[in-house]
Formats: sequence, structure tokens, C-alpha cells
Amino acid sequence: MIAPDALLDATFAALADPTRRAILARLAEGEASVSELATPFDMSQPAISKHLKVLERAGLVTVARDGTRRPRRFNPEPLSDARACIERYRETWEQSFRRLDALLDELQRRDAGGAEGDPQPKEEA
Amino acid sequence: MIAKPHAAEVTLPSEREVRVVRSFQAPRDLVYRAHTTPALVQRWMLGPPGWSMPICEVDLRVDGTYRWGWRSDEDGKEFGFHGTFLEVDPPARLRHTEFFDAGNIDEDMGAGHAVVTLHFAEQDGITTLTTNIEYQSQKDRDAAMSTGMTDGMEMSYQNLDKLLETDAAG
Repeated sequence: MIAPDALLDATFAALADPTRRAILARLAEGEASVSELATPFDMSQPAISKHLKVLERAGLVTVARDGTRRPRRFNPEPLSDARACIERYRETWEQSFRRLDALLDELQRRDAGGAEGDPQPKEEA
Repeated sequence: MIAKPHAAEVTLPSEREVRVVRSFQAPRDLVYRAHTTPALVQRWMLGPPGWSMPICEVDLRVDGTYRWGWRSDEDGKEFGFHGTFLEVDPPARLRHTEFFDAGNIDEDMGAGHAVVTLHFAEQDGITTLTTNIEYQSQKDRDAAMSTGMTDGMEMSYQNLDKLLETDAAG
């Protein structure tokens, strides 16, 4: 059992590469064997296998059994963790930025009405 | 009618970087000022509700240093960042190092520091701020992003969906 943080690291690492993201996008449409994946990506089977290993370690791809075939399948579950992490991070920024929106509004109103003898701006107090 | 500002977008441009893009209904000299004047910074750079920013010291010049410190009003937890300005080019660009001060919280943000670049671009009265944070390793970046300072936030998964769609299309 991989610790949740380590799995998150593996997920980020797996997603950092554009080829691996493209492989995931392909597998999201349906399972495919290594040779089926190698053709559209114009890569050798060992090269594809190497990318698949990284994706498997991150839990994003599983190996199915179908007779002698070993089709790869997309497993979206770890993405929820990674997405939730990015979204929490984004939301933290967004909360501050909403306050900045309000502050910028206030500063612009003050600048516009400056000649009317506004109180001393706080930032110069 | 004033258009609603775009929500912040978070992307991962490389293994060691995270980028945050947000636009504001204000000229860029004002957005720049709000990022560099301590009394203004202290009014908005607060993260989740319940945190205040009692420490904000800024010596705004190349090789000048800054120190930011936050405090949770609820339980007295404290943490901060400090660093040195590498580029100061008002009102277009700022670049500084960022070291994490753990204070009295348990979060492990990684031992390394980050280099933060802020780029302010103005068009038709709208300022788009791009904040690029480059860590020394992917591990440091992921640790920083995983730090749980926020709870119970609503989840929407559009950013990574978009990332995956873009790559699938390209």
C-alpha cells in the first residue's frame, strides 16, 4: 500500500509528461494493448511500455487479462485526489484574489473621488 | 455593466513549476501597488477566512528582503515566507525568492526554496497577473501544493480536465 502523499507525487509525476497525458486520453476512450498504443503515437513498444509503467505505478493505468492479451485500462481514481489538491490550492488563491478585487475597487473609487477631500488613504497612515 | 473577473487558473507548466493566472478590473500600476505596499498587501493576501497577516515587511529593491507572516485568529497558529527580490521592474514585473517559515504549524513544505515571478500585463483597463512559482524539485512543488491550509472547499475539476483535453486535442 502506497502512502497517500506518495501516490499523489506519483500522480503528478505521471501527468507531467505530455505523451503520458495523451496515452491517458487515448485509454479514457477505451482499453488498448501496448502495440495498439504504439501505432498512433509512432513510438516503439518499449518506449510505450516505459510510459505505461509510470502510469501503472501512479495507479492511473491497470492491466486487464483477456486470454493472452493484456489490454491497458484507464483508472481515473487517483486523478480525483490530484484534481482535488489542485482545486484546493486554486481556491486558496481565489479567496485572496476576491479580497484584492474589493480592495482594487475601493482604491479606484478613492482615486476618482480624491479631489473631494477623502480621508487620508490608509496605506499612507 | 462590469464583467465579472475571471477565476484564477492553476496550471503545471513543468515538473517543478506551478502557474496561477488571474485578471483584475484595474490598471496594472494599482495591482502592482496592491502587491508591494505592505498596508495594502495585509488587507488581501490572507488565504482562507480566519487568517490575518500581522507581519509584512517589504524592502522593495533588487537585493532587498521581505517577510510575510500569517496568524490564525482561531488557534494562534503562525507561519510565513521570507525572501529576497531578484528583479523589481514596476509596474510590469517582480521576481523574488521564497523560503517557507514553518512557525508553529506542522506542515512540511519541503526544505528548498522557490523562485516566484509576477508578471503584470494590462489591456483595456484589465490587468492579467501571471504568477509563476518554480521550486527546486517536483517533490518540493507537490509538497507545497498538497499543504492543507484549506478545508471543506467546494471541488470543481475543470482545470485538470482542461489540461487533459488540450493535450488530447494537440
